[in-house]
Amino acid sequence: MEALSPTMEEGQVVKWLKSEGDGVSSGEIIAEIETDKATMELTARGDGVLRSILVAEGGIAPVGEVIALIGAEGEDISELQAAALAASSGNGADPGEGTGAPADADMAAGSDVAAGTDVAAGTQVAAAEAAVEIPVAVSDGGADAPGGRIKASPIARRLAAESGVALTNVSGSGPAGRIVKRDVEAALAAGPAVTAVPAAAAVAPSPAEASGVTAAPLPAAPVFVPSGAEFDDLPLTQMRKTIARRLSESIGPVPHFFLTIEVDMGRAIEARRTINTMLEREGRKVSLNDLIIRATAASLKRHPDCNAHWLGDKIRRFNRVHIGVAVAVEDGLITPIIRDADLKGVAHIGAEVRELAGRAREKRLQPDEYSGATFSISNLGMFGIHEFTAVINPPEAGILAVGGVEEVPVVEDGEVVIRNRMKMTMSCDHRVIDGALGAAFLATLKGMLEEPTAILT
Amino acid sequence: MAETETAAVSVVNGGPALGGFSKEKLVDLLRHMLLYRRFEEKAEEAYAIGKIGGFCHLHIGQEAAAAGCILPLRPDDYVIGSYREHTQALAKGLSPNAVMAELFGKASGSSGGVGGSMHIFGADSRFMGGNGIVGAQAGLALGIAWAIHYRGGDQVCVCFLGDAAVNQGGFHESMNMASIWKLPVIYVVENNAYGMGTKFSRMSDTEMVQKAVSHGVEATVIDGEDVMATYAHIDALVERVRGGNGPQFVDVECYRFKGHSMSDPVSGTYRSKEEVDERTENADPIKLLRDRMFTADILTREELAAIDKEVRSIVDAAVAFAEAAPEPEVDTLYKNVYSEINPHGRLFFDGRGR
Amino acid sequence: MAQLTYRDALNQALAEEMERDGDVFLMGEEVAEYDGAYKVSRGLLERFGDKRVKDTPISELGFAGLGVGAAMVGLRPVVEFMTFNFSFLALDQVINSAAKMLSMSGGQIGIPMVFRGPSGAALQLGAQHSHACETWYLHAPGVKVVTPSTPADAKGLLKAAIRDNDPVAFMEGELLYNVRGEVPDDDDFVIPLGVADLKREGGDVSIITHGSMAHVALQAAGALAKDGIEADVLDLRSLRPLDVDAILATVAKTNRAVYLEEGWPYLGVGAQIVSIIMEEAFDDLDAPVLRVTQADVPMPYNKHLETWARPGAARVVEACKKVLYV
Repeated sequence: MEALSPTMEEGQVVKWLKSEGDGVSSGEIIAEIETDKATMELTARGDGVLRSILVAEGGIAPVGEVIALIGAEGEDISELQAAALAASSGNGADPGEGTGAPADADMAAGSDVAAGTDVAAGTQVAAAEAAVEIPVAVSDGGADAPGGRIKASPIARRLAAESGVALTNVSGSGPAGRIVKRDVEAALAAGPAVTAVPAAAAVAPSPAEASGVTAAPLPAAPVFVPSGAEFDDLPLTQMRKTIARRLSESIGPVPHFFLTIEVDMGRAIEARRTINTMLEREGRKVSLNDLIIRATAASLKRHPDCNAHWLGDKIRRFNRVHIGVAVAVEDGLITPIIRDADLKGVAHIGAEVRELAGRAREKRLQPDEYSGATFSISNLGMFGIHEFTAVINPPEAGILAVGGVEEVPVVEDGEVVIRNRMKMTMSCDHRVIDGALGAAFLATLKGMLEEPTAILT
Repeated sequence: MAETETAAVSVVNGGPALGGFSKEKLVDLLRHMLLYRRFEEKAEEAYAIGKIGGFCHLHIGQEAAAAGCILPLRPDDYVIGSYREHTQALAKGLSPNAVMAELFGKASGSSGGVGGSMHIFGADSRFMGGNGIVGAQAGLALGIAWAIHYRGGDQVCVCFLGDAAVNQGGFHESMNMASIWKLPVIYVVENNAYGMGTKFSRMSDTEMVQKAVSHGVEATVIDGEDVMATYAHIDALVERVRGGNGPQFVDVECYRFKGHSMSDPVSGTYRSKEEVDERTENADPIKLLRDRMFTADILTREELAAIDKEVRSIVDAAVAFAEAAPEPEVDTLYKNVYSEINPHGRLFFDGRGR
Repeated sequence: MAQLTYRDALNQALAEEMERDGDVFLMGEEVAEYDGAYKVSRGLLERFGDKRVKDTPISELGFAGLGVGAAMVGLRPVVEFMTFNFSFLALDQVINSAAKMLSMSGGQIGIPMVFRGPSGAALQLGAQHSHACETWYLHAPGVKVVTPSTPADAKGLLKAAIRDNDPVAFMEGELLYNVRGEVPDDDDFVIPLGVADLKREGGDVSIITHGSMAHVALQAAGALAKDGIEADVLDLRSLRPLDVDAILATVAKTNRAVYLEEGWPYLGVGAQIVSIIMEEAFDDLDAPVLRVTQADVPMPYNKHLETWARPGAARVVEACKKVLYV
């Protein structure tokens, strides 16, 4: 069994495309193998006749195990067969002989198969001699794997072993991609989140899922390779380091789950227009986002359990609502705080957001202007993002990720009409916010945005 | 016996003929020196057949220094030596069995087999080693003498040094402090003329005694092949030092009949065979005493043979004892590195199980 | 509790132990009439007389040997080196005599003595007066090494060192003599050797250190706290015997460690500690253990170069962030 993916440890024979006795030539596809990633084609590494299939269709073999023998017609392969079977771990669909190989066959297996391995792994010259039995697929596994051994800190390895996390599935955030403790913790935290996603997705299926499109291989096409360096290494700014640390801390120990809801923004757009008309003579304007901040604050006031921090040994529920508003700045992002957003008018909020954002971009915010949020909002609608998930900024328990307003055809009363719709996804720290609570909060928020006067109630 | 009260050189030759010594005392001195000689000969033999390892510095030819400088002492006086110290240890009262077993590296050795030839200790006998770094014992002797002074005792500390040790800085620091504080230490330089393979005169432009005089320490020279002269001289010095008159320095002139150590030939590049032969023939302290006693008719050949037989049997018994003695147990390896096991912290870092 | 300087805490320990045991005496350069080069022995000559508080000539090898010899016959010398920089002259008596005596005498002759004095750099004393000398002493089995960082530790550990039956190198911080702190009045306030002290409790990263560097470690921990990083500061206090359990405990807690020491890196104390962590806490590690040490050069006289050469808090903060991957 060849390693047909960098992380493959075993493969399942889906289909043999050749039968025993068929002639095969080097490079010819002889089987389909299901790897941990996809179904791959297995090609012959030598010329001859497919003499013996040792792992039947549906059988599984670890990487490195002989699954078939190619040799010259009429050549005696019984010893090699015995040796291969003796070496087999018995995982494969057994072709019949069983695994009770005699002890001395073991001895033979040692040298013969190893010799075969060398040939197979080496040049094809030996294979071309045809007199030699060539195991179809042999790999020495790890040594071939790109990148070699997995770099992981000792405690990351220990944690992974104890919790059954495969390091191959964890990406490392340490130097040179070293997997460190927090990466394993993040992987562990992602476990429950992964199972939670389909539920959230059910509320608003992703476009790909909705369309039922499955991954298709990209057509082979000439690839334009630009000249110059393949990549640029950019030094980390302090801000970038802090973002990395804070967000990694979050995705690590914080058990996230995500709730997505779609909101009809028609009335909100109308409300904004009305407000802006009123403000026109003052030369002021509000954005939809200001309205969303205000509505979120009002909703939090009604669901105070969402307006909370996780403090390790306790949950702190806030009575005041301070909304952190993510603002993109030149080399990162920062979340200035709109304090007591539930008590401020939309115009006030709008003015404050713009003033803070301006100073944020100039890096002139004072620490108390960007720390102490009870809840945060990130809006990427202006970047054409439909929907996304945001990473919680601990110890906050939730963050709302707001996508753009889009005109979409919807069916109303049996007629297709165009409506302005917007998707919001709330990331919740499950230690603080449970699904129903989050859903109730989102329902209130949706209600307020779809009927903005409700904010006033 | 000529001696000066001030820090000056005096040479004592001949000494109190036989007059000052009883026959018993002379026989005792002879018996001691014969024991040392036979002991070292056995050590040489045992070394040759691999029973004794490492460095092994024999005292053969210098027995009068050990007997003459140590036998005048009281049991509560201290002796500290260099690495050529087997016989000083015997002189101060260690049993030949314990010393031989130590040379053999056995558990029954004076240091449990851990010390070896260069580190013979006998705390009960107040023999303070057995020190392998040339001249280091001068500093230690100073401390022992300080402790005597501190406690108001009247013991003395005899510090044996080789002639090369007087060129060590620590030796001078020790002499200076012993002098300013009038400490009861007697520096005995066993001056066998060679520091290993280097003649003393090549390494010092001053006479041996000048090393002490410059520190205000009284210095004398004695013929170290003459055990009677040496004994009498030291006996008198001990009383002076015991009386609180400060340190003394004695240049005990002697000759080493064997190589510097067992790995060094008896004669060689630094001294001729003729020289060694001449001294062995004419300056053997045991022969000198024997002949003097024969001449004075206080020793018969039969008596000598009997003494020799007796000491040989003691030495044979010591070898038998050492042969039969157990090897130290491996689990004693860490036993005496620290005086006690610390209940809190780790003392050993080799990662070996203990 | 009394507020005492480190200097006076040492003075108190010496006086109490000399009072308690007539075999204890203090010897060294300028310890008696001058009251000690750093005034640690102030008033002791008057109180105990010139046999028990003894000025020596400038003869480090000689009076170190004297101390060892006196200990061989049962006294309990406290030998002061004006600074440990000068003790290299005396190392033969420390390593070849004091450290090995009990062993090579087969357990017959122990050396219950203390070598004490300041170690490490002060300010602009140049290459020959700025050594942190721990490693020379630590290398030899048979010697114990103690490095107190606070007045209370200075008192409690010096009393323990004097009462200890083995040779103890007691290395004071040259810049610590005026540091004040609470010190128990108790005549019997003894801090056993081999017990480390968690001087600050954090949890994110372990700064392990000893001696005067404990203060630098605390400074660094304060700076880290401003970034939301809480550091354990483990002051080993005694380097041999070494509180390995305390080291393993803090590493198990934080999974990352930085060793801070005043001396040079090559075979420094940190090298040993790193080795122990590697051998015994490998599976607890999330990052390689880093060391912060003096620059690997003789100490320069120039003030700026000296500051640069010393292991400061900023380097500790940097190392901590590195092992935290931030």
